[in-house]
Amino acid sequence: MEEQYHIISTLVEDKPGVLQKVAGMFNRRGFNIDSITVGNSEVEGQSRMVITVHADEKGLEQVTKQLNKLIDVIKIKDITQKAVKRELCLVKVNIPDVKARAEIMQYTNIFRAHILDVTEESIMVELTGDKEKINAFISLVEPFGIKRIARTGLTAMSRGV
Amino acid sequence: MRGGEAIIESLKNMGVKTIFGYPGGQTIPFYDMLYDADIDHILVRHEQAAAHAADGYARASGRVGVCLATSGPGATNLVTGIGTAFMDSSPIVAITGQVPTHLIGNDAFQEADIVGITMPIVKHSFQPKNPDLIPSIVKSSFEIASTGRPGPVLIDVPKEVQEGELTGFDDSLIETPGYNPTVKGNIRQIKKARDLIREAKKPMILAGAGVIMSNACCELKKLAETINAPVMTSLLGKGAFDETNDLALGMLGMHGRKVSNDYVNESDLLIAIGIRFSDRTTGRLDSFVPDTKVIHIDIDPAEIGKNVEVDLPIVGDARNVLESLNKLLNDYKPSKEVNDWTDMIRQKKMELLPRVTYDDVPLKPQAVIKEIAEVLTPDSILTTDVGQNQMWAAHFFDTQKPRKFISSGGLGTMGFGFPSAIGAKVACPEDPVVSINGDGGFLMVCQELATVHEYDIPVIAIVLENRTLGMVYQWQSLLYNERHSQTLLGNSPDFVKLAESFGVNASRITKPGETKEALSKAIKDNEPILLDIVIDSEEALPMLPPGAGINEMIGEYKLEKDVI
Repeated sequence: MEEQYHIISTLVEDKPGVLQKVAGMFNRRGFNIDSITVGNSEVEGQSRMVITVHADEKGLEQVTKQLNKLIDVIKIKDITQKAVKRELCLVKVNIPDVKARAEIMQYTNIFRAHILDVTEESIMVELTGDKEKINAFISLVEPFGIKRIARTGLTAMSRGV
Repeated sequence: MRGGEAIIESLKNMGVKTIFGYPGGQTIPFYDMLYDADIDHILVRHEQAAAHAADGYARASGRVGVCLATSGPGATNLVTGIGTAFMDSSPIVAITGQVPTHLIGNDAFQEADIVGITMPIVKHSFQPKNPDLIPSIVKSSFEIASTGRPGPVLIDVPKEVQEGELTGFDDSLIETPGYNPTVKGNIRQIKKARDLIREAKKPMILAGAGVIMSNACCELKKLAETINAPVMTSLLGKGAFDETNDLALGMLGMHGRKVSNDYVNESDLLIAIGIRFSDRTTGRLDSFVPDTKVIHIDIDPAEIGKNVEVDLPIVGDARNVLESLNKLLNDYKPSKEVNDWTDMIRQKKMELLPRVTYDDVPLKPQAVIKEIAEVLTPDSILTTDVGQNQMWAAHFFDTQKPRKFISSGGLGTMGFGFPSAIGAKVACPEDPVVSINGDGGFLMVCQELATVHEYDIPVIAIVLENRTLGMVYQWQSLLYNERHSQTLLGNSPDFVKLAESFGVNASRITKPGETKEALSKAIKDNEPILLDIVIDSEEALPMLPPGAGINEMIGEYKLEKDVI
């Protein structure tokens, strides 16, 4: 069976140790988490985790069922097909010369990113988008020299009702 | 009321009469409050035994077993017992002391993150940070441990929470919106099962421990007899179906009965109930029932399709599902093909009965188990340790009733047999309790001889003494050119003297007939005793070598019909 990425949106109880339980389950059952993001949900006392995992169909079924078994997990939905995907990325890029600075600012505009901080030597850019967009931006600015990257990992929501 | 008193009160509310435990620094407040409480506490001699005893109690009675240990090393000593209960879905509640909340995270004396350590081997865990939460947490722990697919629950109680005053006693269940076990089977799926059964010409049933846990044994019997299907069990399914019934084939798997292993792949429909298809039950998966339709009934959806591809899944409690299925099969009459198939299997079963008749000295383990079986009534409880002793007991002893065969299946924990027997005896004081052990595993927990002596718990501990770590020895003999690396135990200890030093009577048995005699006397005397039975160290059960299919056993399967 072919392995592919799946995005699982999971509603969990907002309690200490829940992230550890979820991450531990993936590890114990031999599944790799590509990314996991956690934050408050629309319901008080419940958090939403968005997990991207690389698995085949059978693996995905096991992951879903094993997640469901965790008592702190309330609801699980595979939203891969109709998800709006977003990730936030901060990149600090070197400025080797004045020309470079202009070029980076141009890319920033094209990607609808924001400049958060500029110094003589570097420029910090904030960028949101799906994985591909962020990767594309990074490879464009790579020739200038990247000092640091911080990415949040993917969060996602299904379209429609 | 203080936190510790709330624990005791809550346990009493849950019907608990006995807990198994071992005190320590962070549980002193609790033990001080226990001093005046009307709840029995059995002081084991190692925390691991407390967990196994609680587990044995749970398996023998169907009620939740409770064990208690202090923080740090006390708690970590419970880990093997909690893991054992988790793998075999046994409902226990383990309560541990914890360092005071303000010291948590400081690497305080005897601090261990037991909630973190046990996370992958508990069904759920709690750490009350406030004494007011205790009644709800204890009640919820029992609820979670005993419903759905049962399992262990941990309650880690910081010292100051044990001492703190409650403002009231509110024991309403903690809300767990994510916990909704599916009890009732989907009726459309059950109807499909009926249809598959009607079409089947060569049906077989495979029953696991889930049948016992859901009290579905009567329904299973009804199903098997209605559809005239032979019944196999897993190791932990022993007792789900009376093994003296002529439809019973015995255990399937790595050390299973030959008739089960040889013929399971010939069935055209396998009805698997309350079972998780462990590798020890199925052998290599791609050669397990390759041409057979499989119906899988289990309360845990995650077990369905995990190991064996299933044609028809039914998620639900075994009893609930079987009740519905039996109703739908009211007018079912087995066809001639089904009857011919089952007659053929019955005949094969008789031909392939394993040999148990021997008069050799040193004693053959098969003959010892036979003598034990001749003495024990159907209500007697047999617990086993892990290894050859366990497989001999499972293979040669016919279990007739549920909750009468208790063994560590999933985790395969050496040292389980004796302490689990203590728990079983406390749960069922009227029934004789016999624990079958090897000399290796018994020595891991022999300190519990003090426990049975001090509390006068009349457990009959049998040590099948072959001076080897028999199962590993057997693998080395069969698969590693007889290089017996670290599996010879030498001559120490003298088990009779060992028992006597604890104040427990003991005798050594070396000849045919002596086991029967000593066991009958022990049951009559009704006091703790150790029977040290010296057996042939070269005796080995046939087995599936690693990677082999279910019908590819190696080693000679000796047959009773060949006895001259």
